[in-house]
Amino acid sequence: MARSTHSFSPEEMARYSRHLVLPEIGPAGQEKIRRARVLVVGAGGLGCPVLMYLAAAGVGTLGIVDDDRVELTNLQRQVLYDESHLGRLKAEAAAGKLSDMNSQITTIPYPERLTSRNALTLFARYDIIVDATDNFPTRYLINDACVLTDKPDVYGAVYRFEGQVSVFNWGKGTDHRGPNYRDLFPEPPPPELVPGCAEGGVLGVLPGIVGALQATEVLKLITGTGEVLSGKVLMLDARTMAFQTIRFCRDPNNPLTGTHPTIRELIDYEWFCRHPASSENTIPEISVEELEAWRRSGKPFQLIDVRQPFEKEIVTLGGDLIPETEIDQRAHHIRKDVPVVVYCRSGIRSARVVQRLKEKGGYANIYNLKGGILAYIQRFKPDWPVY
Amino acid sequence: MIRVRVRFFAMIREITGVEDLWLELPEPATATVFWEQLTNRYPELQPYRHQSRLAVNQEYASGDLLLRDGDEVGIIPPVSGG
Repeated sequence: MARSTHSFSPEEMARYSRHLVLPEIGPAGQEKIRRARVLVVGAGGLGCPVLMYLAAAGVGTLGIVDDDRVELTNLQRQVLYDESHLGRLKAEAAAGKLSDMNSQITTIPYPERLTSRNALTLFARYDIIVDATDNFPTRYLINDACVLTDKPDVYGAVYRFEGQVSVFNWGKGTDHRGPNYRDLFPEPPPPELVPGCAEGGVLGVLPGIVGALQATEVLKLITGTGEVLSGKVLMLDARTMAFQTIRFCRDPNNPLTGTHPTIRELIDYEWFCRHPASSENTIPEISVEELEAWRRSGKPFQLIDVRQPFEKEIVTLGGDLIPETEIDQRAHHIRKDVPVVVYCRSGIRSARVVQRLKEKGGYANIYNLKGGILAYIQRFKPDWPVY
Repeated sequence: MIRVRVRFFAMIREITGVEDLWLELPEPATATVFWEQLTNRYPELQPYRHQSRLAVNQEYASGDLLLRDGDEVGIIPPVSGG
């Protein structure tokens, strides 16, 4: 069967036999998988299943970019890690675990943050980039760096029970490339509008489903099998198991790949995502330092905690507890005669509450506590519990 | 007047509290008319207007959109979790 161009050892023949017998893959496809170099950015909920399936499939070189360490809150869904990994760098823990799973592949950990400074050099060493991150700045950075280095971007994102998957920038040469992330979402949303997993929660298995779909697209790209999810975004809802694909095209106004490009190099993505061009609402906020100064000065103000009661039991800054979900019914408890500071865990829910109260009108002197109680603890009470 | 079926996803679905609904629109039913009618009903959706894309009958809509009776309009918000 295998011609001499595909030299698989007896162990490899056995290990990959279920691929070798697939007509769509076979020895030629498995050889492509062995030669492939895939960079996975983010080794969290999405990155774990992507990495595990690609390692098992025999992808020859797997790069892993992540500067986080394994935390207990990760273990509900980040299935590469176990309790012995707590506190270790994810990139290194993942690389070790993947080498145990498949000693024939090379894993390269990059325990650093992907930035505008390192992205292009890093991407140039790989064939395919997987976006398994958890934040908008990095998603735009990956997209733009993929366009600038001419690499496909295998995108996945999750929210509570819902997921999105697509393949961006697929096809060689400027004129033949499929659409990219900026064609789908030209602008990042104001940060307070879209909670991440920590704020919004996520069904543990959901990133497993979405990550497995991303790994599938990677293997299709490598082997040239099937129809790539390019120019389409798959939307899935685990509550109803409804899957639908929505077609989208290149947007002539895309600042990177449109008819009049204005972006020709990587930009400051943190800044870009904090200052979306069309943002009409700015949320007044105060820093934890200002809050502490207010408290010490005896300045009259009302502090409102919009978290759930169980969160208050974990750790609290005091103030009146009015959970976000009860704000409308209990708005009369919010004072209009003194400044009001609203806080939550990390400042996202409280920003939404501030925005809602501003829209209601009458609350001219209301502020979001930037960074929430977590920022306060980090700055003033490092021995308090965090969650 | 025409009627379109609107489908919501992610945060937007949580604001409306429903997966879908029928919305009546005066003609010509442009994207602007659509958003005006929808935000009349759900003012909280106003901040999402600029960042969420419309998909008409499973296809992303371009700027000069004109909705027809019976169209299905999906509102796709960006999500970032991973």
